[in-house]
Amino acid sequence: MEALFDIPVLGLVIQLVVFLVDVLTRNGTIILALAAPLALGALCGVLNERSGVVNIGIEGMMLASAFVGWYVASTVNQWFPGQPSGIVFGATIPILVGVLAAIGTGMIASLLHAWLSVSLRVDQIISGTIINIIAFGVTGYVNLLISRTSQVSGGKFVPFVPPADLVELPIVGWVFRMFLQQGPITMSVIVLVIVVQILLFRSRWGLRTRAVGEHPEAAETAGIDVIRLRYKNVILGGIFAGLGGAWFTLDFGSSFENGMTNGRGFIALAALIFGRWHPVGAFGAALLFAASGSLGIAIRTTPPAGQLGEILTSIPGQVFSALPYIVTIIVLAGVVGRSIPPAAVGRPYEREGTT
Amino acid sequence: MAARILRLVAVPAGAILLALLVGAIVLLVSSPLVTGGLDVTLPLRTYWALIQGSLLSVNAIVDTIVNATPLLLVGLAVGLGFKAGLFNIGGQGQFLVGALAAAGVGAAMATSSPVIAVPSALLAGVVAGAIYGFVPGFLKAYTGAHEVVTTIMLNYVAIQIVGYAVAGPLRAQGASFARTPDVLNAALPPILNQGTGHEAHLGVIIPLIVVPVIWWLLFRSTVGFEIRTVGANPDAARYAGMKPRRLIVLALTLGGLLAGLGGAIEILGRERYMAAAYSTNIGFDAITVALLGRAHPVGIVFGALLLGAMRAGAAAMQSQAGIPVQMIDLLQGVILFFLAADVVVRRIFRIRAARTGVDELQTVTRTYSGQTTAS
Repeated sequence: MEALFDIPVLGLVIQLVVFLVDVLTRNGTIILALAAPLALGALCGVLNERSGVVNIGIEGMMLASAFVGWYVASTVNQWFPGQPSGIVFGATIPILVGVLAAIGTGMIASLLHAWLSVSLRVDQIISGTIINIIAFGVTGYVNLLISRTSQVSGGKFVPFVPPADLVELPIVGWVFRMFLQQGPITMSVIVLVIVVQILLFRSRWGLRTRAVGEHPEAAETAGIDVIRLRYKNVILGGIFAGLGGAWFTLDFGSSFENGMTNGRGFIALAALIFGRWHPVGAFGAALLFAASGSLGIAIRTTPPAGQLGEILTSIPGQVFSALPYIVTIIVLAGVVGRSIPPAAVGRPYEREGTT
Repeated sequence: MAARILRLVAVPAGAILLALLVGAIVLLVSSPLVTGGLDVTLPLRTYWALIQGSLLSVNAIVDTIVNATPLLLVGLAVGLGFKAGLFNIGGQGQFLVGALAAAGVGAAMATSSPVIAVPSALLAGVVAGAIYGFVPGFLKAYTGAHEVVTTIMLNYVAIQIVGYAVAGPLRAQGASFARTPDVLNAALPPILNQGTGHEAHLGVIIPLIVVPVIWWLLFRSTVGFEIRTVGANPDAARYAGMKPRRLIVLALTLGGLLAGLGGAIEILGRERYMAAAYSTNIGFDAITVALLGRAHPVGIVFGALLLGAMRAGAAAMQSQAGIPVQMIDLLQGVILFFLAADVVVRRIFRIRAARTGVDELQTVTRTYSGQTTAS
């Protein structure tokens, strides 16, 4: 292997591939974990946009859910301290209640979005922006007030520990580690992505959703209640945004910081577009974005030896941080194949004969 | 005329009033966390502190104006987009690159004569912002990439550009944290209230020139007419022989220019250097400003003054009433909510629908699927 590295140019490429494989297999667990909120946010976006509603507010929905989930878990924990933890994932009652509260928050925020954009026919992007700003303000305000009192954390899920034999298998061991050594929310993402993918393209609901997203007038003529379906899908999408929020404070971490979603809701939107409005595609994009961040860190902490290491470390770390955003812009611009949104997305639906 | 103005102002005024009411309820409910018990006076004390810190002294008024200046410029950038049927969420990124360019050029010319250094640094900010606005404009016009997503992405790229440049090539030698050198002679000199810590710098008069120019451009020039036509109906504009693509690029580039100018003024007037960790929320503030002002330059002046006052009063609100500054974000979100859900405001205050001005709120997302403009 080492001998191959000395071939001019090609050796460098081989070295790069070896390094990439090494980084990705070593960091599979963290990459999948970091992709989870992006994928959940993108699932929320899939349900919204497939039925013709733009959702820019995923960021705010996740932030609000992260906060409420954390706060509820912590409060329940204070009321009933010393709960025994469950058999799997170190689940306790406070954590589970927290997750439910987070999901509820996502659904309430979504209801607001649906009311504004479907019923009042407010510009959908402005509606989403409102949710982002309110979520940022409310969580920041309450969080700072709470931080003056002593708030104990409600704890968090513990990642599953897969059997050692499985993880240490040669060649494929890292796959098991990547998918099994995870908290429950991250682990559920894979299932949710597949379920939504199948439902969207194989079920009656999926067909109706896509019809409403492409041509609401025709759908209405065929007997589908467009307004009702849009409401339903936007609120269902809130479940995913809520779960994505819970990931921040109950699965990956156990504390809340102001503005902690830090643009992940927007990257989720990018993953959605990159994945061409397909759940599985969006999940792949989320993995790619997470891997790109992880690669930047790996180059800083464990750079490869030799010429390749010199080249890679000479690239500023910010380039890797900016990569997901730049890739998204390139994808949107249609350079790497065009991504076409549902035709009716962003258009408020007005029933004929009503004003 | 008076009746028409009243009708235009009624909804924003109603929205602000309702938002203050919602804010008061939030303050009341959260008062146990602030004072330890239910405190009916807390909303009053909070709003009083807000007014004191933004209006009731020379220092307070100067603070309000200094805060309003960049908000006004970025608000104009967003408003110009609205007029062209575009939603420019990239104010933050355009502001940041403008700030960075001004900080860089300002530092490089720190010992030149102010007569050259100040305009050069301002120009650098303007050019950088314009380029940063041109990119999403070009992408929108010629590839159909929606400006909302591209500008949000560019905001994050801008943060990385600032992080790289300030920690790398522009870093001041010997500074304890990553920052650019002081701009010294390139700083906008204080013109009012010197030495009080509440100075007004020369930059506050720039809007006095910019606002009339933008107003003239929008309502008295051919280009402005075309921009407004494209915003109202791209197909009609094309049919009338206008070139929607060029107008989209122009509107976003001009917007970037204004936001970049705002960033340059903020750095040269207030900060006088740029830290790698410099962060701003101005992009979203500016959206509120533009919507409050109904995308009209004069309306935006009032929107910027209101938000500038809120930001200026926030410090007093924090110190006197113990309320975190995030209260301002909350209020802003609620104002926006009532502006968008103007049906609610109308019903409560019994305002009849205005014939003009509402359309800005409803045309933006129409182009999301990229079909109207890309053909």
